[in-house]
Amino acid sequence: MTAPTPSARRPYPAALAAFGRGGTATVLLLLVLVFVVIATQNPSFFQGPPLMAFAKKAAPLVVLAVGQYLVIVSGEFDLSVGSLVGAQVVIAARLIDGEEGVTLPVIGLMLAFGLLVGLVNGLVTTLLKVPSIITTLGMMLVLFGAVRYWTGGAPTGSLSESFRVPGRGGIEDVPFLGQLPWAVLIALALTVVAVFLMRSPFGRSLMATGDNDVAAAFSGVRVQRTRTLAFVGSALMATVAAILIGGYAGVTAQVGQGLEFTAITAVVLGGVVLGGGRGTVVAAALGALTVEALFTLFNQLYLPSTIQPSVQGLIIIAAVAYAARRGELRLPGRLRRRPDHEPEPPLGTPRR
Amino acid sequence: MNRPPASLIDTVRGLWARTGTTGAVYLALLLLLVLSSVYVASQGRNLFTTANTVDLFTRSSLLGFLAIGQTLVILCRSLDLSVGYVAALSTVVAATTMAGDPSRIPLGIAATLGLAALIGLANGTIVTWLRVNPFIATLGTGLIIKGFLDTNFQGPAGDVPAAFQAFGHTRVGVLPISTLVMVGLAVAAIVFLHRSRTGYHMYAVGGDAEVARLSGVRDRVPVITAHVLCSMTAGVAGLLLAARFGTGSALVYGNGYELEAIAAVVLGGTYLLGGRGGVAGTLAGVFILATLDTVFNVLAVDPFVKDVLRGVIVITAVAIYARGRPSRSAGRVRFPSGGPPPPVPDPSPDPTDPPSEPGDAVPAPITRGGGR
Repeated sequence: MTAPTPSARRPYPAALAAFGRGGTATVLLLLVLVFVVIATQNPSFFQGPPLMAFAKKAAPLVVLAVGQYLVIVSGEFDLSVGSLVGAQVVIAARLIDGEEGVTLPVIGLMLAFGLLVGLVNGLVTTLLKVPSIITTLGMMLVLFGAVRYWTGGAPTGSLSESFRVPGRGGIEDVPFLGQLPWAVLIALALTVVAVFLMRSPFGRSLMATGDNDVAAAFSGVRVQRTRTLAFVGSALMATVAAILIGGYAGVTAQVGQGLEFTAITAVVLGGVVLGGGRGTVVAAALGALTVEALFTLFNQLYLPSTIQPSVQGLIIIAAVAYAARRGELRLPGRLRRRPDHEPEPPLGTPRR
Repeated sequence: MNRPPASLIDTVRGLWARTGTTGAVYLALLLLLVLSSVYVASQGRNLFTTANTVDLFTRSSLLGFLAIGQTLVILCRSLDLSVGYVAALSTVVAATTMAGDPSRIPLGIAATLGLAALIGLANGTIVTWLRVNPFIATLGTGLIIKGFLDTNFQGPAGDVPAAFQAFGHTRVGVLPISTLVMVGLAVAAIVFLHRSRTGYHMYAVGGDAEVARLSGVRDRVPVITAHVLCSMTAGVAGLLLAARFGTGSALVYGNGYELEAIAAVVLGGTYLLGGRGGVAGTLAGVFILATLDTVFNVLAVDPFVKDVLRGVIVITAVAIYARGRPSRSAGRVRFPSGGPPPPVPDPSPDPTDPPSEPGDAVPAPITRGGGR
């Protein structure tokens, strides 16, 4: 996968082909549809400030979805991100405790903690061969219990003002938009980084690992290292999301709860196939935006907030059923991993 | 019988081959019971007082119902994340249907199990016909039920007649009725898996759906059956909860039952990717988790530390199984996922190479080698 191929020199047509095949177009259409419905309910939604407010609220989920994408595309799950976000926010509040001076060191510590959590997830999954659902489920329990034990049940301390800047601050007085939130810029930057990461040799290895790890191992991919790095990436993204969410919403005992399922929903809505090997970063990010847009729409339709889970459930089933139907039409052999699937396309064919 | 040592080894091997990891799980359960009773005794307490034993069995019954159904689903290489929500919905349906009238108990039970079966049917249909990943499909149905419960039942609903509450509280000696029912159900499930055609087909489909299909198995039927049965056992768990609480309580879905049930199944040695394991092991897994909970309770461990320990123990146990697994599959998995790349020194293989080796290696990793 890492050898320079003719298509690697012509990334544009390859990207275009992936756009049509990976479900990106579908989720984009869905997003536009939701936006149109929102606009009919609330015509002022696209007047800059409300749109930026929406983007600021959606940014953490985008970051989480990109992180979850890395793990899912490598064929695994990360269920620990929700409780990692919760743990990080509580850690930040407890350690900063309102002191401006320690903000940066604490952020550094949080990143180190995220790195450690991702490393443990990855190593337990790859070296000890524990299924990732169980690994990250265990990590979820461990983080949940440990942080509450440490703080005595309820979060203590408070965040400093400078810690909250990335989550709720921004570049003020931008024409038309009003405030351009830092959160949006951070999410955008991380998405771009992830897009380029997926085009690097590492990204290709990750994709190959998710598609068929045995074939990838045959081709010289270090499967264990690649997967471990994916978990580390997911945990680091969750840490960034924690900084954004903590800044935006402050500290509560419930922060992060259920976020792992929302993030997986977002990724899956983007047409990324659970089980790995298919889907794009951009689609995952668009999936996150779509999920947030749907939540916004529910609010505007004055649906009781309690009905939201039902609609969310219906939508993810429908989206995945639709994606599965497309998959069956186009890629029967490889999706089902039949022994007698048709021969691989020649090297140089885009694998996405 | 001429060579006693060899025959002994053969016996052990035979036992191992027949019971698989199940024997090991029961050994672990026994070891855990001995170790924890010794430890609890060293702390000056007794683990096997009547109260503690009853507590242990009571804890095991609820988790047992959920885990038995979950085992069937996981054997088919599926997953059910909706059981917690189905159980919560069942408490509400049972309590509101019975409405405090003892003569409506059969109706309440029938309505609960019927609705649960319908949900299972929906799960199975979505997974098999719409080809939705089971993780997402059952998460989705779970969320749909959650929305329904949150919108319509904020507080306790309905009333369970005293006659049915007996299901939650009556016991024979130290054995609660609910535990006896659970063990009976487990035995029924074991017989079902080992004696019925559908039971065999569940293992076949879980092992490799495509091979099963090519062998003439209608590959969707076992999966749908497993989902229906799983939802129904979740319905029984809901009935038990309703009997214990005396009312329908929608909020019990927040207790993370589905994840605990999956943990019990995996702890019991059932392979998360389907086709291997069984209900007997799950039963041991359930008792292991219940014993741990009881021990933590007796020692008054901080509830948050309890979560940490539970997470660590589940991961450790599964890691140990993963270590032991090659004994059964080593012959088939040539290149375990992520192992060092196979020794292929020559990047351009000689075309005159005998093709037997690659042809031999290809089918095996495709079916099982993808395991993590």
